[in-house]
Amino acid sequence: MKVIVVLIPLLPLLGFLAISLIGKKMIAEAASFIASSTVFLSFSGSAFLLYKLITVPVAERSFSVDLFNWISTAGFSASMSFLVDPLSIIFMLIITGVGYLIHVYSGGYMHGDPGFNRFMSYLNLFIFFMLLLVMGANYLVMFVGWEGVGLCSYLLIGFWFKNQEYNSAANKAFIMNRIGDLGMLLGIILIAIQFGSIQYTEVFAKAGAGVAASFTLITVLLFVGAMGKSAQIPLYTWLPDAMAGPTPVSALIHAATMVTAGIYMVCRNNILYAFSPETLLVIKIVGISTALWAALIATAQHDIKKVLAYSTVSQLGLMFLSLGLGAFSSGIFHVMTHAFFKALLFLGAGSVIHALSGEQDIRNMGGLKKHLPLTFLTMAAAVLAISGIPPFSGFFSKDEILAAAFADNRILWPIAVVTSLLTVFYMFRMMYVAFYGKERASEELMAKIHESPNNMIIPLVILAILSTVGGLICIPDSLGGHHMMAEFLYPVFAGSSTIIKHHHLNHTTDYEIMGVVFVMTVILIWMARNYYVTKYNIPKDDYEIKGFKRLVLRKFYVDELYQFIIVKPLYSISEMFHDVIERMGIDRLINEMGNSVILGSRGARHLQNGGIGYYIFAMVIGIILLVAIGFLR
Amino acid sequence: MKIPIDYYLWLSTILFSIGVLGVLYRRNAIIIFMCIELMLNAVNLLLVAFSTILNDGAGQVFVFFIMAVAAAEVAVGLAILVMMYRNTKTIDINILNRLKW
Repeated sequence: MKVIVVLIPLLPLLGFLAISLIGKKMIAEAASFIASSTVFLSFSGSAFLLYKLITVPVAERSFSVDLFNWISTAGFSASMSFLVDPLSIIFMLIITGVGYLIHVYSGGYMHGDPGFNRFMSYLNLFIFFMLLLVMGANYLVMFVGWEGVGLCSYLLIGFWFKNQEYNSAANKAFIMNRIGDLGMLLGIILIAIQFGSIQYTEVFAKAGAGVAASFTLITVLLFVGAMGKSAQIPLYTWLPDAMAGPTPVSALIHAATMVTAGIYMVCRNNILYAFSPETLLVIKIVGISTALWAALIATAQHDIKKVLAYSTVSQLGLMFLSLGLGAFSSGIFHVMTHAFFKALLFLGAGSVIHALSGEQDIRNMGGLKKHLPLTFLTMAAAVLAISGIPPFSGFFSKDEILAAAFADNRILWPIAVVTSLLTVFYMFRMMYVAFYGKERASEELMAKIHESPNNMIIPLVILAILSTVGGLICIPDSLGGHHMMAEFLYPVFAGSSTIIKHHHLNHTTDYEIMGVVFVMTVILIWMARNYYVTKYNIPKDDYEIKGFKRLVLRKFYVDELYQFIIVKPLYSISEMFHDVIERMGIDRLINEMGNSVILGSRGARHLQNGGIGYYIFAMVIGIILLVAIGFLR
Repeated sequence: MKIPIDYYLWLSTILFSIGVLGVLYRRNAIIIFMCIELMLNAVNLLLVAFSTILNDGAGQVFVFFIMAVAAAEVAVGLAILVMMYRNTKTIDINILNRLKW
């Protein structure tokens, strides 16, 4: 058992080492095979652990594996240890499962790229760090993983490092994450000070036993970390830019796994959050506003990956909304279904981009349905899932969140519904514009168009199946189902569920909510179809778009605003420091010291004028002075 | 009749001062040499005077040492002067000012 737990993160690390140490000498097929098979073995291990967990009684469904004592000083110690419990096992399965499919897909998508082996090794390294993040049994191990995935994200966004724009996007992602990570680190330090330990079990036990601690400060600081990693307002602008990376990276890191690390972190610390209603309120507000804001921006984007990126930000906002409402297991459920359908959407978009030799603008696509039938079908499944059409997976997870919002607050619910309707709109807009109507791509592109190779199509199909049926594990009571996931996760959230009050909706209300949302969704789909297919309105060129639409197209000028209020002042302050303190202060001081020695010596050397009489005179004066001093003392 | 110690003191002070001034003012190397000897001998005179007054032989022993060292020094110094004269045809010390800065 212990060996399996250790091997799960270790195998991708070994894969990374093997590929990166041999480097370019390794043939691409071997690199691809090593990278995928290590992740597949980790997936098998995780599946085995899940089986083990299910077969033991509920009370024993959590065990930790101590590897070695990492840091030990007086009053503080941290061990390298892993925790396997229902929460971490779900994340492990998502990471290794979706990760494996994306590794396979990358074998086709990145085929022929000069950096193929490097790409595969980075992906493996990412899987290792992500597993470390979710498997760590204390905050330190989690933090190592947390930083590690940030590094991999940076490396992979800037994978095509010859393009300066991509490098800036990578820098932006890294720097914005750093802002969040600082909050995270401060939160962990505060935990270490106030609880005297950073081991989850000890911290949660002490918190549950009513230790006086500044829960609000700790949880807000941790949430700042989550804001950075999971791209919430105000730190969300890096995620759309992160689409500079290759598409499998967008699917794996910036949709399915890394960006959900914030959700994982909040869920892991649910007991601390339960003690701080203020923080939950903050999470609620940040979540819902991010969801609405990003969904609005997504409706006007023309780059297929940008639409999906803003959609990811918006969906992450919904997950945080659910966490803020105390519905932790609904959040996790949405993480899972989102991992399926968003990874699928990105991979499908990648397939389209691959087929069109790099074209990403939906205005230049159109009519792809008959050229890329499999891509179209799989993406359609994902779009139906994200739009919440029953029985696709997104319907169940989104419905849970909407129901929780409705039960909690009558203001939150309409906003959440508007968000989800916007989601429906931009998703169908993307599909209709890209896949229906006339073919707008240039003739030379259309001549080369081809359905993607098998190793890209198979992951798409598997993810499409998962997106379709993945929600069935968690059918709400009102539909005569069984909350398998909520039940499985219950031990993790047991501590907080007694503190946070949950309103339960009766079944009639539940039906009404589902019915209203479903009817509105269908009407909206019909409208989108009417507008984009029947009337065939293709989005105009950028410069023709005026007014509010232009504002949305330019993402509400948030990047420009940040540029203006943060980056520019920072640059001018740095320049000021450079000119005043560095140049005129420190540099000048050092140079003047050097100069004064030179000048002084230049004067002093004239004392040695070669005249013997002068030397003797100096000597006599010296003797007289010495004698005089002797007398005076 | 015994000569009072004051007299010795004054005499050796005067001799020493003459020596110092000679060293400082003259440019002829030989005269500077002689002035150095004058200073040494002023000190010697004082040592002998105090030795007699205080009935302590140590002072006179010092004088012997000083005279011996001075003789050696003069031998070396004069040799240097001879060499200097051979090379520069002068014994003016202000000519020897090349070793500077």
